[in-house]
Amino acid sequence: MSIERQEIEKLATLSRIAIGEDTITEVSQRLSSVLELVDQLQAVNTEGVEAMSHPMKATQRLREDEVSEINQREALQAIAPDTEEGLFLVPKVIE
Amino acid sequence: MHNLTIAELVKGLQGKEFSSVEVTQHFLARIAKLDANYNAVITVTADQALKAAAAADQRLAAGNAPALCGVPILHKDIFCTNGVRTSCGSKMLDNFIPPYNATVVENFEQAGAVVLGKTNMDEFAMGSSNETSFYGPVKNPWASDSVPGGSSGGSAAAVAARLAPGATATDTGGSIRQPAALCGITGLKPTYGRVSRWGMIAFASSLDQGGPMARTAEDCAILLNCMASYDDKDSTCIDREVPDYSATLGDDIKGLKIGVPREYFSEGLDPDTEKAVRAALAEYEAQGAELVEISLPNTGLSVPAYYVIAPAEASANLSRFDGVRYGYRCDAPKDLNDMYTRTRAEGFGDEVKRRILIGTYCLSAGYYEAYYGKAQQVRQLIQQDFEKAFEQVDVIMGPTTPSPAFKFGSKGDDPVAMYLEDIYTIATNLAGLPGMSVPCGMVDEKPVGLQIIGNYFDEARMLNIAHQYQQATQWHSLTPEGVA
Repeated sequence: MSIERQEIEKLATLSRIAIGEDTITEVSQRLSSVLELVDQLQAVNTEGVEAMSHPMKATQRLREDEVSEINQREALQAIAPDTEEGLFLVPKVIE
Repeated sequence: MHNLTIAELVKGLQGKEFSSVEVTQHFLARIAKLDANYNAVITVTADQALKAAAAADQRLAAGNAPALCGVPILHKDIFCTNGVRTSCGSKMLDNFIPPYNATVVENFEQAGAVVLGKTNMDEFAMGSSNETSFYGPVKNPWASDSVPGGSSGGSAAAVAARLAPGATATDTGGSIRQPAALCGITGLKPTYGRVSRWGMIAFASSLDQGGPMARTAEDCAILLNCMASYDDKDSTCIDREVPDYSATLGDDIKGLKIGVPREYFSEGLDPDTEKAVRAALAEYEAQGAELVEISLPNTGLSVPAYYVIAPAEASANLSRFDGVRYGYRCDAPKDLNDMYTRTRAEGFGDEVKRRILIGTYCLSAGYYEAYYGKAQQVRQLIQQDFEKAFEQVDVIMGPTTPSPAFKFGSKGDDPVAMYLEDIYTIATNLAGLPGMSVPCGMVDEKPVGLQIIGNYFDEARMLNIAHQYQQATQWHSLTPEGVA
């Protein structure tokens, strides 16, 4: 199946990836090629087949709600692009 | 010294034939001298390595050295290393220095291993040729115009070129087995849940699994002994005793039932590659194993199912790279949205962006059931194929890849041509089964891999089977030109 330009723009917004005007056609062609591949799945009869979520049917473990990690704010913020007084800085959101 | 196996290095170190500092200096010198030819290593940690080697020598002298004490290894640059840049092959993480170790890294540290550095890889492990790395492609030590495979191409090439006796790697759709095959080394992807994923940068969480690469099955057993562990920090890790993988290597394989899937020998398989794999099967017959023809009828659906599931999970996992807490941030963002969209557009390469977009598409409103839901059902069918097969046979064998290493750029612009490279390896990831690749021949002076697929948690038997083959054959000890 081929994917329309409008759809690419929507995907770009949803995935927060800027796509340049000059590359939209190319991106669309390549995505269409991949979708053509995965569309083979549509022909498979999967009636009554349970969707697989873990190979050994394991479920998520639970643990006691106790503090298990020490506070490492300084170490974690040392690698951030921009911080101030222990906070992560981003461009102004509200005028 | 670089031609010694890990088993031999362990023996020599424990027997004080040479010191860890000597071994470490030797491999560091090789990396410095030869890696310009391969581009297999992104970061060399010479100072830390020599310090660790000196400490290892003290423990060796004191006589209380752990299993891998003083043995140098390389880590794939997907495993977080405390204080050492962990790039995942991406511009996005080019400046990322983790403040903690992955569990796998921690396990090797506890075992006394010496880390020489971090290996090159396809960006975020997305690729089968190492051409998507931000740091440039790795060259195959057997043919400099050909790919080493991917995504663990740096680890595979480094081991093949004797820049390290062993390396860690990860496998989401074939990323350990395919480069192992293309570089003529031995690699094992364990059962999903056997090796902790904590601190291993996530690509597709229901498929990702770490594993060892080395020249021999015996060495892979030694590395897996250290790598496999139960870890509370990985919620999908399975709490199950880790056997001594070295203990059963010598077991007799007489009477072993080997399943040979029809679908792995069909159209698309290079005839010379098939010949090499058939010869390996004949060697097993000669050792007393029985070949049983089997069918895995849904094999053809594994690539389409994978290219829904893996991108879907990747699109969720990679949403964390937003320029806020670590990694790349674009210059002079106008506002928050501009910062997100430009950081991600500039920080990710084309293949990664493509997979995020595909994944976003498959998970978006109105498409979820038709794509992700459907793919997870097909995944169940693929697993059932294997379940049925393992009622009849002990292991399954076939080619690891359809052909030997291909040339750079030869898969062209169509991403699907590259995706089909993993046609024989993807199904085991979807089923969560262990798989390995063992060198079994040469075609046009390039290595061919035999794939061995085992039942859940049957790594010990797979390593035993591979070891028995390597006792009778020499393919694993061939050396690329210019390496010796």
